Amino acid sequence: MAKFILNGELKSADVESDTPLLWVIRDELEMTGTKFGCGIGTCGACTVHVGGRATRSCITPVSSVEGAEITTIEGLAEKDDHPLQISWKKIQVPQCGYCQSGQIMQAAALLKDIPNPSDKDIDAVMGGNLCRCMTYIRIRDAIHEAANKIKEHNDEQNI
Amino acid sequence: MLKRIVIGVCGASLLGLGLFSLYAWNSSIDPVTPPLTKDYSPEVIAQGKILASAGYCSTCHTPPGGQEYAGNYEMHTEFGTIYSSNITPDVKTGIGSWSEEAFMRAMRTGVSRDGHHLLPAFPYEHFNKMSDQDINAIYAYIMTSIPAVEQVKKDNGIPFPLNIRALQAGWKLLFADTGQFVKDSAQSEQWNRGAYLAEGVAHCGACHTPRNALGGEKYDEMYQGAAIDGWIAPSLTETSTSPIPWRAQDFYEYLTTGNSPYHGSAAGPMAPVMHKGLSALPDSDIEAISVYFAANNGTDQSIDPSTSESLKSAIAAQHKQADLRIDEGARLYATTCQACHYSSETIVKGRPLITLGSSTHLDKPTNLVNIMLDGVRSDQGIHGVVMPGFRNALSDQDIASIAAYLRQAAGEESWPKLLEQVGEIRNQPRFEH
Repeated sequence: MAKFILNGELKSADVESDTPLLWVIRDELEMTGTKFGCGIGTCGACTVHVGGRATRSCITPVSSVEGAEITTIEGLAEKDDHPLQISWKKIQVPQCGYCQSGQIMQAAALLKDIPNPSDKDIDAVMGGNLCRCMTYIRIRDAIHEAANKIKEHNDEQNI
Repeated sequence: MLKRIVIGVCGASLLGLGLFSLYAWNSSIDPVTPPLTKDYSPEVIAQGKILASAGYCSTCHTPPGGQEYAGNYEMHTEFGTIYSSNITPDVKTGIGSWSEEAFMRAMRTGVSRDGHHLLPAFPYEHFNKMSDQDINAIYAYIMTSIPAVEQVKKDNGIPFPLNIRALQAGWKLLFADTGQFVKDSAQSEQWNRGAYLAEGVAHCGACHTPRNALGGEKYDEMYQGAAIDGWIAPSLTETSTSPIPWRAQDFYEYLTTGNSPYHGSAAGPMAPVMHKGLSALPDSDIEAISVYFAANNGTDQSIDPSTSESLKSAIAAQHKQADLRIDEGARLYATTCQACHYSSETIVKGRPLITLGSSTHLDKPTNLVNIMLDGVRSDQGIHGVVMPGFRNALSDQDIASIAAYLRQAAGEESWPKLLEQVGEIRNQPRFEH
């Protein structure tokens, strides 16, 4: 029996210990915002947060996350209004949209560690998240836009 | 003449054997009925619990998914597979009939209650450094607080003649440090406390000190690093190959959080050492252990890793990437590893630079490859954070390419026969930690 906290709620699933976390999230807990891409941790579509850090859930066995706190795209912001989700819509980043939940989760982790990323920082950290529609330029713009909004928000708080 | 020599040699051999048998022989200590909780103060039992944790009794005496302290944890040694003993207070199959005296003798000299020699996988030469009071506290805890489990120990797979237990007496004579802990008056109280814990209950040297061909710790190479359970326990001395030296506060951060941002995470056999073991000790004891090891490796405590040249060049090196179309290792690293293993201007905890990590700078790729293959679970390294394993995602060639790229980016010579080594590491027995 695997147990972990998903988007703030304690969840358990009766699965084999080597079941990938992604399968548990999608098939057992029926949260389908997180996507299956390559299945070998090299495309980023399945990115979720484990302990606040971006993690490829397709190659993470559920036994590895015992007791850990997991956040999926559904739990990133209560009203789906994370600055990245807002900038994503504003800049109209997605084309087909399949990779975007992974992209947003990866970008959210990036902004937590590197609040004001350069293009180089974005390219380095987001390099493992593939977009077959080639929306990379808009992804980068949306991350800068969200970083600025977060900074403005923090500045206002500090006044 | 020849007859006399033969008789002489035989006589001397017999005399030698007789004397050795006398030396190797230990009496049985009478069985007792297990003591009761009311026989001890709650403070003693609580202290015993802390010390049993800091000595990782459970790590070796509890099999994966098995009952606590019931034994049969499988250990692969160079001399064969062995199984740990049942140390629950079960009278029939555990240590329920052991008196305090019998437990003390086992902890100090590696002799079972019935007089047979225990194998040195049980690190009695370290536990011997503990005070009587501390050993008795562990006894009180086990006898009063661990549920008795009836479970017979499996037979060890050690071949003849190594399985003759009397030979262990010779091993002890040759290799075991039988001295008790002696304070070094030239050192501080804190250092001495750290030394007492590290050399005694925590038995750090059992993994970090190299062993000779017969498995004895080489005391003149204390803490200089050794292979253990398919991993490398790195050197904790001035022979450490870490580019950024370990200060007391780095040891402290590593031992309390499972990670030092400048060195790496407590993975493999080290994970339970800190998460299930040392975490029971009070902070002051972890500080003492940290001070002890920082003094051992002679690190200048005033250096600031965040402004070190090693860190600056490692951060700068991230941007001098090889041509990703040509360099397979750099390409795989960029797409598979860099989402987490990249830092912009300073190192963020949980975002380590592998070019600085200890595992990249060891003489062997063992630790780096182990982590790439099997990742880091939420109960290892930083608590609640994971790294997925790439065992089923990356081929030996992929892993060797990434490792070779990292080794080069870290300014180290390439590891010889890396591809073969990756294959061997992938196929080595996996230990449950």
